[in-house]
Amino acid sequence: MIAPFAARFKHWKRDRRALWVGYAMIAVALAVLPFLVDNTLGRTWVRVIDFALIYAMLALGLNIVVGFAGLLDLGYIAFYAVGAYTWALLASPQFGLHLPFWLILPIGFVAAGFFGVLLGAPTLRLRGDYLAIVTLGFGEIVRIFLNNLDHPVNITNGPIGINLIDPVMIGGVSLTKTHEILGIEFSGTHIYYYLLLLLVMATIFVCVRLEDSRLGRAWIAIREDETAAQAMGINTRNVKLLAFAMGASFGGIAGGLFSSFQGFVSPESFILLESIMVLCMVVLGGMGHVAGVVLGTFLLAVLPEVLRHGASPVQQQLFGKVILDPESLRMMLFGLALILVMLLRPSGLWPSPIRRREFADAKADS
Amino acid sequence: MTTVAVDKLLEVRHVEKRFGGLTALSDVSLSIHRGEIYGLIGPNGAGKTTLFNVLTGIYRPDRGALAFAGRNLIGLKPFRIVEAGLARTFQNIRLFGNMTALENVMVGRHVRTRAGVIGAVFRGPRTCEEEDAIHKRARELLDYVGIARHANSLSKNLSYGDQRRLEIARALATEPQLLALDEPAAGMNATETANLRKLLTRIRDDGVTILLIEHDVKLVMGLCDRVAVLDYGKRIAEGPPQEVQKNPAVIQAYLGGALP
Amino acid sequence: MDIFLQQVLNGLVLGSVYALVALGYTMVYGILGLINFAHGEVVMIGAMVALTVMNALLGAAVGLPPSLVLALATATAIAVCMALAFSIERVAYRPLRRAPRLAPLITAIGMSILLQNLAMMIWGRQYRTFPSVIPVTPHSIGGASITDVQIVIIVVSAAIMAGLLLLVQYTRLGRAMRATAENPTVAGLMGVNINRIISATFVIGAALAAVAGVLVAANYSIAHYSMGFMLGLKAFTAAVLGGIGNLAGAMLGGLLLGLIESIGAGYISDVSGGFFGSHYQDVFAFLVLVLVLVFRPTGIMGERVAERA
Repeated sequence: MIAPFAARFKHWKRDRRALWVGYAMIAVALAVLPFLVDNTLGRTWVRVIDFALIYAMLALGLNIVVGFAGLLDLGYIAFYAVGAYTWALLASPQFGLHLPFWLILPIGFVAAGFFGVLLGAPTLRLRGDYLAIVTLGFGEIVRIFLNNLDHPVNITNGPIGINLIDPVMIGGVSLTKTHEILGIEFSGTHIYYYLLLLLVMATIFVCVRLEDSRLGRAWIAIREDETAAQAMGINTRNVKLLAFAMGASFGGIAGGLFSSFQGFVSPESFILLESIMVLCMVVLGGMGHVAGVVLGTFLLAVLPEVLRHGASPVQQQLFGKVILDPESLRMMLFGLALILVMLLRPSGLWPSPIRRREFADAKADS
Repeated sequence: MTTVAVDKLLEVRHVEKRFGGLTALSDVSLSIHRGEIYGLIGPNGAGKTTLFNVLTGIYRPDRGALAFAGRNLIGLKPFRIVEAGLARTFQNIRLFGNMTALENVMVGRHVRTRAGVIGAVFRGPRTCEEEDAIHKRARELLDYVGIARHANSLSKNLSYGDQRRLEIARALATEPQLLALDEPAAGMNATETANLRKLLTRIRDDGVTILLIEHDVKLVMGLCDRVAVLDYGKRIAEGPPQEVQKNPAVIQAYLGGALP
Repeated sequence: MDIFLQQVLNGLVLGSVYALVALGYTMVYGILGLINFAHGEVVMIGAMVALTVMNALLGAAVGLPPSLVLALATATAIAVCMALAFSIERVAYRPLRRAPRLAPLITAIGMSILLQNLAMMIWGRQYRTFPSVIPVTPHSIGGASITDVQIVIIVVSAAIMAGLLLLVQYTRLGRAMRATAENPTVAGLMGVNINRIISATFVIGAALAAVAGVLVAANYSIAHYSMGFMLGLKAFTAAVLGGIGNLAGAMLGGLLLGLIESIGAGYISDVSGGFFGSHYQDVFAFLVLVLVLVFRPTGIMGERVAERA
């Protein structure tokens, strides 16, 4: 059954025209997706997809640090926070600043990258889990500062957070409002979908290119054996810092868009659990494998929502009433899912071909 | 008889290295000439690997000087030393296990290439050219050491002898003037050792100076142009193999020490 | 002066609990190289089980003396936690012993989320009052005050830690544990049953965690389904601070972190001229951790792993 299909696929690969037809079909599917979802499941689910896209950017950024360079970062959400607050401070009534998005986005990118280097530098000598706990500490430090920088000088508005953040504006037109283009009605959620999709695709492009480059090889070499990498003439300090900076920058952009999409940020969005969530997306999908990471992100971003909406009706059906608190049931099932997936597929759902082989070898050795 | 001016590629002068109370190297001096295979031998614990780590920048000596092609090496980070033209292999093979053989060698080209983030993302003509050159050179080197057929195998799945060869290819990819090999014949059978000997001779003939740290005295004596012997952290002899072999201190160190 | 003494006392109490929990992290890490993220939840389960038992015994009006009630509750908590940790290891970690390094970390996180929400279902979302069977009337020492509960915490923790050190140093089990931590393969060849040793490590760590849970809940007279998470995190930080894998290091790290936190919280406002309030207590703790690790990358008592070629 599979063989002829695979053969046809191979043939497809050679045939450029068929390849373009394939791309076009995917593009059309992605273009109509929000309308399809909106009409069948409702506007909420388009929103869920928008958040999944933001998470995808985050996970791809973390994948550079953890998946490529092998540096376990448990405080990654800090860079998301830096991006989000950069946007919030530069485009809201907080300071009365309303910079345009094409200016804030690069500022957020650079600010987060700068923080990446700043927080990465002291950790360069640390290995493995020591690195994990220090980055975790940094993540918490950033959050605590955001939470408390409302006095003596009010910068972040403390635990209350910042409200009324400007959306992305193009030519004086707000992207969160509903617009009619060519007779089709696009809501803000739809428009953000396209904006985020574009950015995620750009991120994927950058990641794929980076992986197959001189730098990508240097990162993977460091992941495999840092001492040997240094003995091959790799400036491990700079190359590691670059990984931190690149990963952080993507987090910063994701944070900025999160801020503008929601119109509101508070420190609560940047707790440790969020860092852990993004790490789970990376590992569950297949660490180091860009396609796997995207898959993992969508599963983990959408699954809790499915459970949220499904928990009560299913109980109604089964028992006639809601006996278990849907919120905790949802998180419990989520925890269970993490455990089961890892037990069944320790290298992730869709590992890169090389990592899959690694685990097969380890099994063969035992 | 005409005297040929020898070109000293590496000069080690009065190097001392202590670990706490233990003196691992004391007053070690030696010089490696351009174009030769230089052997460094000695019983277990004589300080060979320590000296090796001093040369490659992993340890900093407590005293002494290192001059490589007229340049001071002390205080340089390991990657700067590679940049200066001194490449190494590891005694207990350290390849990048989950990369293919080809990729391992491509990593070796890192130090002689330039592409950064911008190049990687936009792949301009210069980056493409560079990548092609890296690819081409890596393949040539795999072919040179005789494992081209394993180019796309994960390096950890190669046989032991092939892994040793891959390490040499990876080191050669950095374009070294001096190739330092830490016990390359360890664990090899007779055929593999013979092939290694051929490979090393060829590398030398192609213009790369070799420093060989070896346990296998027979290999060293047959292959090296000059040899130094370490014992208890001291250099007890240096010279052509035939001379060193007759040196009473060497005989004492090897036979007296190893066969009580 | 008395404020300082007070902060030191508070720090010792806090630190003793951190140390007890940190030992569980460090023992597991020493043998498996795994951050057992679910360990904090074991602490919480210990407190919750003890709470349930005590409420049942006190409510049944059997008229048992309070100290016996506490002892029975603690014993039950220890037993439940041991069984729980044993099962966690069997189900979530053992099958992944040869998997890529991050896989068991994710199952550990999953386990932590699972246990927390399970506890929320069983014991509810609200804060539960922990029966105060030990009087909380403060005694005065040199201008500082300390309660009976706090004295019990310090004494019990010290006794347990001493016992653990003796166990690891002088018993057959302890020797096998040290051998396994050093090199599991060789220990296995020498006839050590590795699986049993790993189970034992988890079970011992869980017993300490259960005691810690009861002590914390008794100290604050409160238990909550989420109490284990931050406590676990701090304890792990303490273990790293001391040099992970090292028992004495975990104890030292725990005490040190407790002292740093409470002294830091007491003085941070004065030192920074009122700019930083006591909200920055956690920043202080993490900052110390970062500084220690920058200068001693393997913790205070960790081995210096020489970069070998």
